[in-house]
Amino acid sequence: MANIVAIVKMVPDLVEELEINDEGTGLDRDWLRLIINEFDNHAIEQAILLKEREGGEVTVIAPETEGVEDMLFTTAAKGADRMIKLAGDFEEGVNNHALAHAFAETAKNHQPDLILTGVQANDDLDGPVGPLVAEYLGMPYIGYISGVTLEEGRAIVRKEYPGGLIGEMEVTLPAVLGIQAGEEPPRYVAISKVRQMMKTAEIAEAEISELDFSGGISAKRMYLPEAAERAEMIEGDEEEIAAKLISIFKEAGAL
Amino acid sequence: MNEDIYVLIEHLQGEVAEISYIMLAAARDLAQRTSGEVIGVLLGHDAQDLTSTLAADHIIYADHAALAEFTADAYQKTVASLIQENEPSAFLFGNTSIGADVASVLSARLSLPLVSSCVQISNGKLISQICGGKIMAESDLAETTTLVTIIPGGYKAEEGQSEKSPEIKSFNAPALDDLRVTLKKYVEPEAGDVNISKEAILVSIGRGIQTEDNIELAEELAEFLGATVCASRPIVDQGWLPISRMVGKSGQSVKPKLYLALGISGAPEHVEGMAESEMIIAVNMDPNAPIFDIATYGVEFDFFDLIDPLLEQLEEIE
Ligand SMILES: Cc1cc2nc3c(=O)[nH]c(=O)nc-3n(C[C@H](O)[C@H](O)[C@H](O)COP(=O)(O)OP(=O)(O)OC[C@H]3O[C@@H](n4cnc5c(N)ncnc54)[C@H](O)[C@@H]3O)c2cc1C
Ligand SMILES: Nc1ncnc2c1ncn2[C@@H]1O[C@H](COP(=O)(O)O)[C@@H](O)[C@H]1O
Repeated sequence: MANIVAIVKMVPDLVEELEINDEGTGLDRDWLRLIINEFDNHAIEQAILLKEREGGEVTVIAPETEGVEDMLFTTAAKGADRMIKLAGDFEEGVNNHALAHAFAETAKNHQPDLILTGVQANDDLDGPVGPLVAEYLGMPYIGYISGVTLEEGRAIVRKEYPGGLIGEMEVTLPAVLGIQAGEEPPRYVAISKVRQMMKTAEIAEAEISELDFSGGISAKRMYLPEAAERAEMIEGDEEEIAAKLISIFKEAGAL
Repeated sequence: MNEDIYVLIEHLQGEVAEISYIMLAAARDLAQRTSGEVIGVLLGHDAQDLTSTLAADHIIYADHAALAEFTADAYQKTVASLIQENEPSAFLFGNTSIGADVASVLSARLSLPLVSSCVQISNGKLISQICGGKIMAESDLAETTTLVTIIPGGYKAEEGQSEKSPEIKSFNAPALDDLRVTLKKYVEPEAGDVNISKEAILVSIGRGIQTEDNIELAEELAEFLGATVCASRPIVDQGWLPISRMVGKSGQSVKPKLYLALGISGAPEHVEGMAESEMIIAVNMDPNAPIFDIATYGVEFDFFDLIDPLLEQLEEIE
């Protein structure tokens, strides 16, 4: 039996065009489409796999931003037992130090054996959230994890190094793990099941005492990359492009 | 606080990791600004020999059995005690499986500011690449020791290498008992059917391929080109291709004659493994995809509209 908490956040969907705010200090959030951080999704999968294997409960905690409720109901449909929304002024974007304080404060109440989170998120500027939460709670942290086995009072984890090398590590519980990939790809749940959860499941709200930004950094300036040398773009309709590609393949000795 | 820039030298299984040299080059840029020195920090056990190629003004070396291989707790304790004692201007870590686990925890433990994913130092400013390479963020060094994690892309490893061995000063590691994390063993990756780092032509697929069945289309194309199919991380995480076919930070580094990137956005973690390819052709519908910034040729087009005419024309010339 394990009490597992997954801490997750919504991040900009990178498929959309991103714009900078008028001050030039951050993203223009008015048009931002948010989706769950890809690696948080893997953390949720790993949490549910562990629960299915070992028994126990999975609690998912996320800051209140646009789309968070749909995301939390989706985790319920996947098998999460408890969903908690951090109520606070997260809509404008906060740094991960502030977010980690809020996560730590809320996660603590659930006496977790294990806290799982994505190894990083695409909008992290002051480091990922997992190691900060770990330190605020006095727990050990290991990131880049792609496999977890629970034993009495400890976990055996697979830590990824470049080239596919794995370091098998042992860590005492409670601990925080930064998940790179769950043991299985994130499961798919049918929309109908999510809709059903919207009717039956409940999302709890946790009030955050005060956002504490200390230790975080805020960017002086944000901007879109100025491409020094951009690719030579191949234009035309599909037939023309195909023909041009073939001549480039020939030139490169691939044909 | 002093002016020096410290760099955590990463090593794994007796080899200095390339990011260490990249960090030394970045540190040199910063040190010129602060008028300080570049100091490499090596934690290890009987590891002095690893320092001979490091372009640092000197090395601080902590030798301890518990530091022989990386584990988070032992590294965090040792680096924390070094920072408290010496208060450098900045401490650079790789944004890697080693550095990231140390830098963030110490930011919280020592209440020091952390700037992550820094790719370049420009006029003393830290330039980070976030949102998959679509946004740049500029930060300043703080009044206290600034912790920085570095990603590749801005500096070449050679710039951080030197023929002349730096002087080594030893540092006593703090008590390293009650460690909560231990390394049991390394598990070597299973060899794949092909070694993509040796292939001359690669057809690489990303999330733009949409479904597992569509991989067939990339395979057909690869066959015409005498190429091997490889992929970005999400394709491997979906279980559609084995890990031996993954290109990037956590996969293989490749340097083929031709790298065809189909539906790959060009996130820094992917680019890290393929930027050195001789020729890169990228097909992507998104005109702002970062892959176009490093590609030789770009095609802003829907892969699925292009693939049939392309395969048909290849068929004809055969
Ligand atoms: C610690 C860590 C390590 C990582 N290691 C690696 C690694 O080794 N290798 C790696 O690749 N990633 C790695 N990643 C993940 C990386 O951050 C990106 O998430 C990943 O590279 C994105 O893969 P992608 O480009 O295939 O997908 P996406 O970023 O989702 O891009 C898909 C692209 O396809 C385009 N597209 C969609 N449909 C079409 C179509 N029909 N025709 C044309 N284009 C289309 C879209 O415009 C988009 O640009 C790592 C991440 C972390 C945190
Ligand atoms: N008040 C703040 N202090 C520190 N960091 C912040 C603050 N507000 C936003 N950030 C961070 O700055 C980046 C851009 O935020 P935003 O301007 O909301 O897009 C994100 O990484 C935020 O986490």
